Amino acid sequence: MNITVNGTASEYPDKLSASELLRSLGLADKRLALEINEEIVSRSTYDNHVINPGDRVEIVHAIGGG
Amino acid sequence: MSSVIQAKLHTSSDPLLIAGVEYKSRLLVGTGKYKDLEETRAATEASGAEIVTVAIRRTNIGQNPNEPSLLEVISPDKYTLLPNTAGCYTASDAVRTCRLARELLDGHELVKLEVLGDEKTLFPDIIQTIEATEILVKDGFKIMVYTNDDPIIAKRFEDMGCVAVMPLAAPIGSGLGIRNPHNIRTIVENASVPILVDAGVGTASDAAIAMELGCDGVLMNTAIAGAQDPVLMASAMKKGIEAGREAFRAGRIPRKRFASASSPIDGTFF
Repeated sequence: MNITVNGTASEYPDKLSASELLRSLGLADKRLALEINEEIVSRSTYDNHVINPGDRVEIVHAIGGG
Repeated sequence: MSSVIQAKLHTSSDPLLIAGVEYKSRLLVGTGKYKDLEETRAATEASGAEIVTVAIRRTNIGQNPNEPSLLEVISPDKYTLLPNTAGCYTASDAVRTCRLARELLDGHELVKLEVLGDEKTLFPDIIQTIEATEILVKDGFKIMVYTNDDPIIAKRFEDMGCVAVMPLAAPIGSGLGIRNPHNIRTIVENASVPILVDAGVGTASDAAIAMELGCDGVLMNTAIAGAQDPVLMASAMKKGIEAGREAFRAGRIPRKRFASASSPIDGTFF
């Protein structure tokens, strides 16, 4: 399926959970926040949250800023 | 100075109170524009700041996921993190950013709200900032709001439930210092929430002036990170804030046009 992660559209396996997506990106266990289609996905639900074709995924973290 | 007075000065508690939490330091610092994380860590440490701002941005997909992250050097266990909405030009982007920050920081509700008007001035868009404030207050956020130096608007944000109001002293990153001290003073006099100067400070005397005007604190980033020696400037800013605060509490002498001799007139022998 095609999904957009941080603004870039790419092919990913079907029936992917949020946990599996983060693991495939090397981001498992990182401190980050996840938003899918402009809705926050809470960390406690990553295992059960299924990503659908066309989903727009944002993965953010904290960086230096004033 | 007598030891009694000295003891009193050292022990007199003068905490900054924001949203019910006491802080010893009245200097708040940003973490942007440093050359690396080690410099960020060292300057933040030298500033003595307890509240530290961070930005929320996309992670780099496909790049080295093991590169060190900001929160490894600015630990949420040691500092109160203040996620900002820098870069947002609409209320909805700012609200999204705050919600992501809350998720990122495990339910943390203290945020620095800034909604910008244009790239040249980085002045706040007050209409959008008010719109975002309404949504975020209802959503349980504790908002420290970046605003202009308009006393009417500052009071409006306080009435809306912001936990601190942060007027700019000059444009972000400009280092121009306190451009309108009279307005800052009016904002301070009207306020019953903490007023912090946010943006525009260039050097330690600017920070001291903000504090002498009665501000509760100063938030700065570029003035430290952009200095030739950021760690030394962080230390200077810490002292500037402390000196300005003590001077404000001490109560300065009134300005007079003409001289007033320091030595007694009586008892002269000439």
